[in-house]
Amino acid sequence: MKKLLSRNKVLLLMLVPALLYVIIFSYVPMAGIVLAFKNYRYSDGIFGSPWVGLDNFKFLFVSNKVWQLTRNTLLYNIAFIVFGMIFEVGFAIILSELNNKVFKKFAQGFMFLPYFISWVVVATIMLNIFGDHGVVNSILSAAGAGKNSIYSNTKWWPVVMVCVRLWKQTGYGTVIYLAAIAGISQDLYEAASIDGASVWQKIRYITLPSLKPTVMIMTLLALGNIFRGDFGMFYQIVGSNQLLLKSSDILDTYIYRLLLTTPDVGMTASAGLYQSSLCFVTIVAANWIVKKIAPDYTLF
Amino acid sequence: MGSKVRKGKDQIAFEIIGYLLVFLFALACAIPFYLIIVGSFTNESTIVTTGYKLWLSKGDFSTDAYAMAFKNPQTILSAYGITIFVTVVGTALSIFITTMTGYVLARRDFPWRNGFSFFFFFTTLFNGGLVPYYLMCTTYLGFTNRIYSLILPGMFSVWNMIIAKSFMKGIPFEMVEAAKIDGAGDFSIYYKVILPMAKPLIATITLFVALAYWNDWYNCMLFMSTGEHWNLQYTLQNILNSSEALKRIAVLTGMQVGQLPSEGLKLAMTVIATGPIVLLYPFLQKYFVKGLTLGAVKG
Repeated sequence: MKKLLSRNKVLLLMLVPALLYVIIFSYVPMAGIVLAFKNYRYSDGIFGSPWVGLDNFKFLFVSNKVWQLTRNTLLYNIAFIVFGMIFEVGFAIILSELNNKVFKKFAQGFMFLPYFISWVVVATIMLNIFGDHGVVNSILSAAGAGKNSIYSNTKWWPVVMVCVRLWKQTGYGTVIYLAAIAGISQDLYEAASIDGASVWQKIRYITLPSLKPTVMIMTLLALGNIFRGDFGMFYQIVGSNQLLLKSSDILDTYIYRLLLTTPDVGMTASAGLYQSSLCFVTIVAANWIVKKIAPDYTLF
Repeated sequence: MGSKVRKGKDQIAFEIIGYLLVFLFALACAIPFYLIIVGSFTNESTIVTTGYKLWLSKGDFSTDAYAMAFKNPQTILSAYGITIFVTVVGTALSIFITTMTGYVLARRDFPWRNGFSFFFFFTTLFNGGLVPYYLMCTTYLGFTNRIYSLILPGMFSVWNMIIAKSFMKGIPFEMVEAAKIDGAGDFSIYYKVILPMAKPLIATITLFVALAYWNDWYNCMLFMSTGEHWNLQYTLQNILNSSEALKRIAVLTGMQVGQLPSEGLKLAMTVIATGPIVLLYPFLQKYFVKGLTLGAVKG
């Protein structure tokens, strides 16, 4: 053992920065989940504060609020995953079939562009187009129609969020699937053409089956985070708009607001632990199921 | 992937629909950027009376918003300085730690590589949530109003490390062995042999990490209570969200709040904050595309 240690001394030293990093920023905060079972008092510190058992969770679940937030987070993420997959795979397949190189280059360039801007900028763009002085309203009033704002229309908000998501992420996902399509052997397509297969048949029987591994891995990765909302997106676009919060508040934004507004650190910590546990259980379960049905595609 | 065989009816139909769909989607992606630029050059009174326009007609044009933004440039310049500093330093540190860790875990002769790999990977599966993390950073690490609180949180990502690891696994192990026989130590093998061969990897991680630093506002929001360390995105967010920031500019420039081109200023600030990314984008796009393909390798 001693010999082994001294032989790998330098390699071990090289791991130290990253090890320290995950210990400080991930493992020590993990120990901090005890806060969820304590009545945190600033003067007593994390480990000196008294235990309160499950009281924090009782307070948290006393209203329907958390269930509603969990449902919102889950449904939004399912919509993002499903529509995202359709758009990304769809555009990747279409782009792979088109021949005009210049057109493809420009189209892909523009499709990928929204990925590079922050959610703060997306929020400005939304206001510029849909806000009170927005372009949509200018056109509506120029056409003689009354003003309309999606910001006061909660019913449409889930659709708006899905559209924004597709706008920002489709280009990115398309690149991944295009790379997977480029890896498919050309011989398959040529053989199919000689046999008289139509475009649709080639997509159905060659491209889609070949994309299965990539789709599985991407879905598995997304499933693991299905109870973790995109904080940046929801925080910047929905903000503190009370009207919209009803349909578009998610666990992440709620926990952040709790952190800022309530002095009850224990309850906020219990909300965080609730979310982390949900995430952990889903990723492990998803991986376990994939291991049973398609062991090649597991994450770990 | 067009076939060399004569195009059938189905192929032609598919291509017409395909070109149309891609064109429409690409247009939808591009138009908002155009509208932001048009909006930032629109006269404030036009915005207030008729709203933002699709294009500028005579008399709508104005550079007031930019004049305003640069009249007292210290807010913007300081935000730019913070963002550039954090991006450069953070990215450099991140590349170093990420590739070094990936290298060790990719070394076939490192006996504990699986154990350590799992130790890192587990942090992607479970975490303690926002509260313990926040308390750790503020009460134990003194993150409040310190420049390093913008650098440290994004410095190491396990996913990037996994990409680095799988890339380095692809480098023949004979390279390491040969260098060892020549008497090279483990660190100089990393520094002199592996790193020069990992240029595509470094390019990829640099782009994604730098982009994340450039677009960060979250750490500023969590840890910066005073304005001296606000980066570009967070400054922009404040201009959007609060009239407080506008008032500060009003005080600095000696204008009344009512006279400020507030609507246009938001867009001018957006253009100023996003400009460098969009201008660099055409040159960097292909590297991002390459990088994504690199990252698609399973860890």
